[in-house]
Amino acid sequence: MDDFPWLSLLIALPAVGALALALLPKGSDALAKRLALAISLVVAALTVVLAFRFEVGGPRFQFAEKYWWIKQFGVHWGLGVDGLALAMIVLSAILVPLVLLASWNAADRYGGAGEPPASAGDGTPARTRSAKAYFALILALEAMMIGVFAATDVFLFYVFFEAMLIPVYFIIGYYGGPQRSYAAVKFLLYSLFGGLLMLVAVIGLYVLSARPPAQGGLGEGTFMVDQLARLDLDPTTAKWLFLGFFIAFAIKAPLVPFHTWLPDAAGQAPAGALVLIVGVLDKVGTYGMLRFCLELFPGAAKWATPVVLTLAVIGIVYGAILAIGQIDLKRLIAYTSISHFGFIALGIFAMTSQGQAGAMLYMVNHGFATGALFLVAGFMIVRRGSARIDAYGGVQKVAPLLAGAFLISGLASLSLPGLAPFVSELLVLVGTFSQYQVAAVVATTGLVLSAIYILWAYQRTMNGPTADAVKGMPDLSRREVAVVAPILAIIVALGFYPRPVLDMVNPTVKQTMSRVQTQDPAPTVAEKGARP
Amino acid sequence: MKAEGIQALAWLLIALPLASAAVLLLGGRRTDRWGHLLGTLAPVLSFVLGLAMFVQMLGYSGAERRRAVHLYEFFSVGGFKVDAGLLLDPLSMTFVLLITGVGSLIHVYSIGYMSHDANRRRFFAYLNLFVAAMLLLVLADNYVGVYFGWEGVGLASYLLIGFWQHKPSAAVAAKKAFVVNRVGDMGLAIAIMLMFATFGTVGFEQVLGTGAHHEGLATQLSTGTATAIGLLLLLGACGKSAQLPLQSWLLDAMEGPTPVSALIHAATMVTAGVYLIVRSAPIFEMSPDAQLVVTIVGAATLLAGAIIGCAKDDIKKALAGSTMSQIGYMVLAAGLGPAGYAIAIAHLVVHGFFKAGMFLGAGSVMHAMNDEVNMRRYGGLAKIMPITFVTFGLGYLAIIGFPGFAGYFTKDLIIEASWAHNPVLGACAILGAAITAFYMSRLMFMTFFGEKRWAEDAHPHESPPVMTWPLVLLAVGSVFGGAFMILGDRFMHFLEPVVGAPEHHHGFDPLAPVGLLTLAVVAAGVALAWAMYGRRPVPVEAPRGGVLTKAARRDLYGDALNESLLMRPGQWLTRLTVFFDNKGVDGLVNGLAAGIGGTSGRVRRVQTGFVRSYALSMFLGAALVVAALLVVRV
Repeated sequence: MDDFPWLSLLIALPAVGALALALLPKGSDALAKRLALAISLVVAALTVVLAFRFEVGGPRFQFAEKYWWIKQFGVHWGLGVDGLALAMIVLSAILVPLVLLASWNAADRYGGAGEPPASAGDGTPARTRSAKAYFALILALEAMMIGVFAATDVFLFYVFFEAMLIPVYFIIGYYGGPQRSYAAVKFLLYSLFGGLLMLVAVIGLYVLSARPPAQGGLGEGTFMVDQLARLDLDPTTAKWLFLGFFIAFAIKAPLVPFHTWLPDAAGQAPAGALVLIVGVLDKVGTYGMLRFCLELFPGAAKWATPVVLTLAVIGIVYGAILAIGQIDLKRLIAYTSISHFGFIALGIFAMTSQGQAGAMLYMVNHGFATGALFLVAGFMIVRRGSARIDAYGGVQKVAPLLAGAFLISGLASLSLPGLAPFVSELLVLVGTFSQYQVAAVVATTGLVLSAIYILWAYQRTMNGPTADAVKGMPDLSRREVAVVAPILAIIVALGFYPRPVLDMVNPTVKQTMSRVQTQDPAPTVAEKGARP
Repeated sequence: MKAEGIQALAWLLIALPLASAAVLLLGGRRTDRWGHLLGTLAPVLSFVLGLAMFVQMLGYSGAERRRAVHLYEFFSVGGFKVDAGLLLDPLSMTFVLLITGVGSLIHVYSIGYMSHDANRRRFFAYLNLFVAAMLLLVLADNYVGVYFGWEGVGLASYLLIGFWQHKPSAAVAAKKAFVVNRVGDMGLAIAIMLMFATFGTVGFEQVLGTGAHHEGLATQLSTGTATAIGLLLLLGACGKSAQLPLQSWLLDAMEGPTPVSALIHAATMVTAGVYLIVRSAPIFEMSPDAQLVVTIVGAATLLAGAIIGCAKDDIKKALAGSTMSQIGYMVLAAGLGPAGYAIAIAHLVVHGFFKAGMFLGAGSVMHAMNDEVNMRRYGGLAKIMPITFVTFGLGYLAIIGFPGFAGYFTKDLIIEASWAHNPVLGACAILGAAITAFYMSRLMFMTFFGEKRWAEDAHPHESPPVMTWPLVLLAVGSVFGGAFMILGDRFMHFLEPVVGAPEHHHGFDPLAPVGLLTLAVVAAGVALAWAMYGRRPVPVEAPRGGVLTKAARRDLYGDALNESLLMRPGQWLTRLTVFFDNKGVDGLVNGLAAGIGGTSGRVRRVQTGFVRSYALSMFLGAALVVAALLVVRV
């Protein structure tokens, strides 16, 4: 392990790139797009290199960096990744160039992210937005996403967590559909509210760590996660601090009942950005639950388990039923994700190694599967200028590649074996069942509901006689194929061979399991030889 | 034991059709010219390979016939370790030969049947995909692998039922098949969870044991857990095999091209449930209750399917009802325990021959009649389509159990075994045989005999050789398959290393009283059909019919029941939930936010200067942090 600050470089590259793009003169959109793509490809290549250099079974946090940032307040620029964090960073870094490429021509045509510029609804005429700024915002978002997953200092995590909101706010608010302002503000208010609660908890942790060891503190205020984990908290305090973190993450993930910002944001945001918002950004919520809620407050996490599991199971079923009832394709996909986030939370709080590993794998797989779904839906929506399901029909006939890509992404979303999400969903269910049978059985109804929401949407948009408005719709272009094909290839590869990701996250699972002091239940009928 | 020699290549059985499917799908239109040839070659090669493995297996003694092929570790988390591994044993071998053998014939037939379809290449790709998934289902050496193939064949079935996706009815039928199957899959999925929680593994070797005596972990199951796992597996079997109460999708699945109905919805996929039950025998044997439910489901479905078959005028739907019914027989036999496993599989194999043959024959008729499916529009086709008529007729004799033909041996054994087990079950099976004779005779008379009732533009003709040769070969199986397998207990001995031997077994007896009774009721069924459809002219318009006829035409109200119990309440629930989410949850949270931030109007107005507000809140947050830090420091 060398001391080169790889992670800082990964954050700096897109951040500097975003700045450079912003400073380019007006009218240099073409150059800006190429530059942005080049930077994102370099970042992706670097993360893949890191993934190969990551030592499974090595130290917990690798490529670690630790510098004083605000020494007076004990704030570090502390970075480091374990398998889970690295997997999420690789996911983000692979998706960003594809999202940029997906927005390529649409950005030219509409000066934005792919949807025809609609009037804001308040009488102002539609404006053409700058493609340059859009690409810069995506790069900025990439920097924050890498930062948030790499941070090992809670304060630094909080800063990235909040700063992520800024590019997303502008992406929704400037490049979204007719209701974009409402959606952007709603997104921001929800997130800010959660962020504030977390901030309080973060400060609380700092205050407690500053207490002398005799009172359960560390003698010196700090924000470093590994040190905070050694705090001796009294149960009541731990519960309050847990809630501060948990609510912030439950809003971000989002869990029912904190979910209503997501469909609105999804309905308005450009499809490309949604890949990042739903595919990666929301995972910060579930990531935070694993990293902070479970590791810092294991006792409180166990205390909250019944409630969280209930919310998770409700989310699985409720989100799926809502998805079935949607008439807007992007909102539908958003609701399917709410259902999937229920599965992730279920796996995390089932507190078995299968559940946890399943949840972590789910976070990666869902990023690819839902990313693919949003991308393909976005291609179709750009062509037709509407996200309404009833605006389509019989697309399969005119655009078979597009329909095929949509079907494969959809089948991934309903966790068909052979596609990546199957393994993660199976692991979550198996892991949950061994502790909480009823929760697992109710969650299994998600199998049927997901078949209904995906295949019904497919039937209404792609099957049947070709609708007049769809006739002449062009099939996927080469550029679009180049965007979707890698994701689908990854989904199939991980569907048959999930071990690369599982090997990476398994040490994290062990760590969390020992932190929450839980062991997997033993089988009731064990092998004769293995019986104690 | 590890597989050696050519058996070590068992993965190729699956890989060949899978690779072919991939080439055809990814190659796109470029492969149109030769796609159907590649698509046919793949299952044929698999069949040849399978034959070689079969020959190798015959060289081993009984206990050595179980051979494992380990491919790679699929995943391993905590104690949950699942390998991608295959198991070659007499049971899986039987299926390999059936799937690739009948599958190859149906591929050949499809070259002719689909020759006018612009998307023939895609059709072959999906068929190949099916063959690969089905082979995985029967070859997998653990339940997760079975589930993999189980859903894989479900996907292929979905794609093929909806092959003519521009037809809304086909698209709806495809979706329905997948969704109903998913209900069954839920059962299999929960069974897997329960097995892991119980055994800590889902491998056949550990759970079921390796020999005929079932010395696996399953023998230590408590009755309650065994019943639970058994019923969950049965739910999965009901979905895939169209048994009550998950039968409703199969009749709609006839929207798919006829070769699909023959291969997937008659000969192979729908029999997967029987495979699952027989494979899991050690679990079912720990729970008499679960076995009882299996036999009840089988008996009820064999009657329901037969009754539905009597009332259908659509030749494919009549055959689909018959498929339900025949699989009912197999499930019934599989529920009988060791007395029934081998005969269930034997009936499954010969059913694969005669039902695939009859479906392909029906396709040949439809091909000749401009895709007309209404038997009231057929009549007198025997002379015009002699090969189709003769091969179909042989299949007919096989299914009704005419002495000497395949079904005679296998069905008779099922009836005798169920009679010995429980006279009520036996009576159901005998009654089913009578109804089978009736509806199949009705189908024969309406299609091939009597006066011509053709549409004006119909010019029937015999099908080309590429379609008739598969019919001939399948007919050979329909005639000789039963005698070959049953006489001398050949097949029972072959399967013995897997399913064990029945306690009191006394071979096939043509003069057993139950068998003679069956023959008598079969004759009565044929006679009744002749009286109603052979002697009298068949009206082109269907008569109104009695209560039972009306019910049977509507699939015994299966769909109506689903609609009123599940679909409509489901639609209401969805609407209600959407309303609740928009008004209730969202409204509540927005109201809360508005309460904190002022009026809801202000929340909306904030938009205009929002960047400033955001900066302000960031600033406030930062100020809070600094203040707090200062407090702590001081």
